[in-house]
Amino acid sequence: MDYTKRNIKYNEYVNSKIPKTRSWPSLFYAFIVGGLICMIGQGIGDGIRAIWPDLAGNAVSNYVSIILIFIASFLTGIGVYDRIGAFAGAGSIVPITGFSNSITSPAMDFKNEGIIFGLCVKMFSIAGPVIVIGVLSSAIVGLIYLFL
Amino acid sequence: MLKERKEQTIVFKNKPRIIGNYSIVGPKEGKGPFGKMFDYVMKDDFFGEKTYEKAERKMLEHAIFGATDKAKLNPKDIDMLVCGDLLNQIITSSYAARAYDISYLGIFSACSAMALSIGIGASMVNAGYFQNVACATSSHFSTAERQFRFPLELGNQRPPTSQWTCTASGCTVISSEGRGPYIDSVTFGKVMDFGISDVNNMGAAMAPAAMETMISVFHDTKTTPDDYDLIITGDLGKLGAEILMDLMEQQGYKLRENYCDCGQMMFYYDQNVLMGGSGCGCSASIFNSYVIERLKTGQLKNVLYIATGALLSTTSCQQGESVPGIAHAIVVKSNVVTKSKTITKKEKNKIANKVEKQLSKFKSEEN
Repeated sequence: MDYTKRNIKYNEYVNSKIPKTRSWPSLFYAFIVGGLICMIGQGIGDGIRAIWPDLAGNAVSNYVSIILIFIASFLTGIGVYDRIGAFAGAGSIVPITGFSNSITSPAMDFKNEGIIFGLCVKMFSIAGPVIVIGVLSSAIVGLIYLFL
Repeated sequence: MLKERKEQTIVFKNKPRIIGNYSIVGPKEGKGPFGKMFDYVMKDDFFGEKTYEKAERKMLEHAIFGATDKAKLNPKDIDMLVCGDLLNQIITSSYAARAYDISYLGIFSACSAMALSIGIGASMVNAGYFQNVACATSSHFSTAERQFRFPLELGNQRPPTSQWTCTASGCTVISSEGRGPYIDSVTFGKVMDFGISDVNNMGAAMAPAAMETMISVFHDTKTTPDDYDLIITGDLGKLGAEILMDLMEQQGYKLRENYCDCGQMMFYYDQNVLMGGSGCGCSASIFNSYVIERLKTGQLKNVLYIATGALLSTTSCQQGESVPGIAHAIVVKSNVVTKSKTITKKEKNKIANKVEKQLSKFKSEEN
């Protein structure tokens, strides 16, 4: 029997059976939750500006990021963030809160394997690629900027 | 000796008996359709331990002890322990075996470990080498998820074909003496690979193996699907079960209402598990609760149990390899004669109403 032909035929058949994700509702939920997270961030920023009007714009956005990261880590710790993620998809992965979740969740999981070899090593198992790509692409963009 | 073997199937002459069975499940499985039938439902996933791995080990020890207790035996009366699980280097089985001062046979066959361990145990008992053999498996959602997929608290969406690893454990004690259902035959399956490389679509990867084993059972024992009261597959899930039915129809066997899948039955539709349950504990717990209890009372007389497994590792799938599947089958028979309970017309109407209500609810949910 021709195995490659059989496998291709079987794969085609399986693909026709797989239930499709409905993209419009998913997009809608992602938009709502993602927008809500950004709105909360903006709210925090405005609050900080109202309390300390002398702060520079850069400093305010840094504080906002720190506060959002803390909130997301906290929600991960009490087991809420994965439920938000299951509902919102990209809406809660793309903002900085998703990055925070992707570092906190392996850290929580692997704390039993020890501080160094468990927690510290596994902490970046999900977020590692993001950091590598982020650093690399910023270096490339910087080079392009230099020669322009 | 070879007279007892027909191609892939061994038919046991000495009728190894199932004298003890025990199942233990996690809280989520306990809320499923079979919740009340399991012997023990855990209150939380940790089971009083510090790590999930230790909890799984405790579950397995609990199941083995429970099954020997139900068989009215002492743990020291067991001659051999055949055990398997999903974790790397099958640590759950090996560490659980420390607690018992008996010969230990650790097996790995992914989610098909229950049927394989019963097959090995029954062969040993049938040959007369051992008198009482305990066969057990376990799986735990949190340990398997951590090993094969993502951290538990990661906020990602599961793909629509993915399955939920059951937190469950089951143990069967097989003996050459005693009363109860007996194991008629065992069919050790072949590894089948139809080129599915999606790790989240295990049902489709395992369905060809289930088909292959099922056909060899029918061929070797000269039976048809209609000869069995119940044909039960391990953890194909909703999609895998549909694929298996299509594949069997192409081969000329029509699977009717007597066919069902443990993965599909383990949870309710609204428990958010997508294609259903998976893991070796999934079929092990249902087989050791519902199926054996029904066999004991004689409501089921002839059951074909096919446990399926996807033989993948994180390394192989990251290197882009496809997922091979395996399936082992056992046929369990019961010769208990029961007085059939006559159902009055009123009770019949009550059941019909209940079913109708559930169906309409199910349909409205689906829409």
